[in-house]
Amino acid sequence: MSFDPHIITDHLDDIGNGFLVTLGTWSSGVVLGLLLGLVIALAQVFGNNFVRAPLRVFIEIIRSTPFLVQLFLLYYGGPSFGLEMDPIPAGILGLAVYGSVYFAEIFRGGFESIPRGQLEAADCLGIGRLRCIVRIQLPQMAVIILPALVNLVTVLCKETAVLSIITIPELTMVLTGIGSQTFAFVETLLALCIGYLILVEACSRLGMLLETRVGRFMQRQPQ
Amino acid sequence: MFDWPLLQQNFPLLLGALLTTVEVSAASLFIGFFIGIGVAAMRLSPTPLLRRLGGAYIFVFRGIPLLVQLLFIYYFLPRAGLPNMSPMTAAIISLALCCAAYIAEILRGGFLAIPGGQLEAAGLLGLNARQMLVRIRVPQAVRLTLPGLINEMILLIKASSLVSVVGLADLTRTAQNLAASDYMFVQDYLLLAGFYCLINIPLAYAGSRLEKRLKGRGA
Repeated sequence: MSFDPHIITDHLDDIGNGFLVTLGTWSSGVVLGLLLGLVIALAQVFGNNFVRAPLRVFIEIIRSTPFLVQLFLLYYGGPSFGLEMDPIPAGILGLAVYGSVYFAEIFRGGFESIPRGQLEAADCLGIGRLRCIVRIQLPQMAVIILPALVNLVTVLCKETAVLSIITIPELTMVLTGIGSQTFAFVETLLALCIGYLILVEACSRLGMLLETRVGRFMQRQPQ
Repeated sequence: MFDWPLLQQNFPLLLGALLTTVEVSAASLFIGFFIGIGVAAMRLSPTPLLRRLGGAYIFVFRGIPLLVQLLFIYYFLPRAGLPNMSPMTAAIISLALCCAAYIAEILRGGFLAIPGGQLEAAGLLGLNARQMLVRIRVPQAVRLTLPGLINEMILLIKASSLVSVVGLADLTRTAQNLAASDYMFVQDYLLLAGFYCLINIPLAYAGSRLEKRLKGRGA
């Protein structure tokens, strides 16, 4: 086994592009997934049974099928529904849908953790439902659900590796591609492992910083 | 969009592939469970070096995407001097190593929930560390963390779809092959999704039932 760092330095441009694609699909998937998840959670918490039951089925199905299978359905099966997409938008949409149901469950747990009395009090004070969500429920939830959200965001970072299978030129695709061209599997696979470790570690560190920032009001116990 | 006779023809093929998926998942869960116990015990050991090692294991195997781990084990290890391995072996090794890291974290919570007095009592009764782990800590930790372990089982079954990448003819790979030959992508992949739901939804249901029971008991 020999180790030749030139394999990596020679392809730095391609690897950089792959890294950007990973970052791009990951961040847009997360943002879209968060929004979709919030909508699903709101519909579950405030909707009637006609809204809730199909959503429940949707959540169960997405949660019990592999991300790869969902991607295949979306990307290869999509055109039969008239949903023809390039790999990258399909990947982002797939990631967002996959993440959204997990985000929704986290949000739902957050909504349930706010004492009912507060909502009744807000109602008595004439605060509307939307304002109640934005000003009372979401800010208090944020502290509670942030660790779970950060955890899910790192999980989604790792799921982006699967996007290489539907030919999205992200980090995994680029580096394994270089590996099979040059037969330098050692260097490329090690670089790949280190790349993801850095990404995931950076994300969880950022999450911790955010937790202390968001939780700064929680330091003092109320009297 | 749907071709019923074709669906009937593909169904038994996928049913056979379901067996491979279940085999791979069960074997990796079994191996991963024992590695997980070891790693969890290391993380809680009084020796700092062992604690570090356990932490490093979890950091590495939880921080790298499973797909990358799988490629690493399948393509890299044979070049590092290990013998070539079959896709099946590579799949089981990588799934086991990865799920061990998650199982270790789940079991760690269970270990911590066991009152310290029990271990002191066991020590006084003359049990050594290994006996304590096998007879006292593991049985209780598993009972306490069963919902978490079932959840991990679901994640593992889903993750096993990735082994299709190294050419193992599991559910996903078989459906891919079928779709590539009959071009009925929607129908084949929906059937595939259905098979995964068939295993995972009952598991999820069992998990939530157990969780409720554990909560009801106040444990």
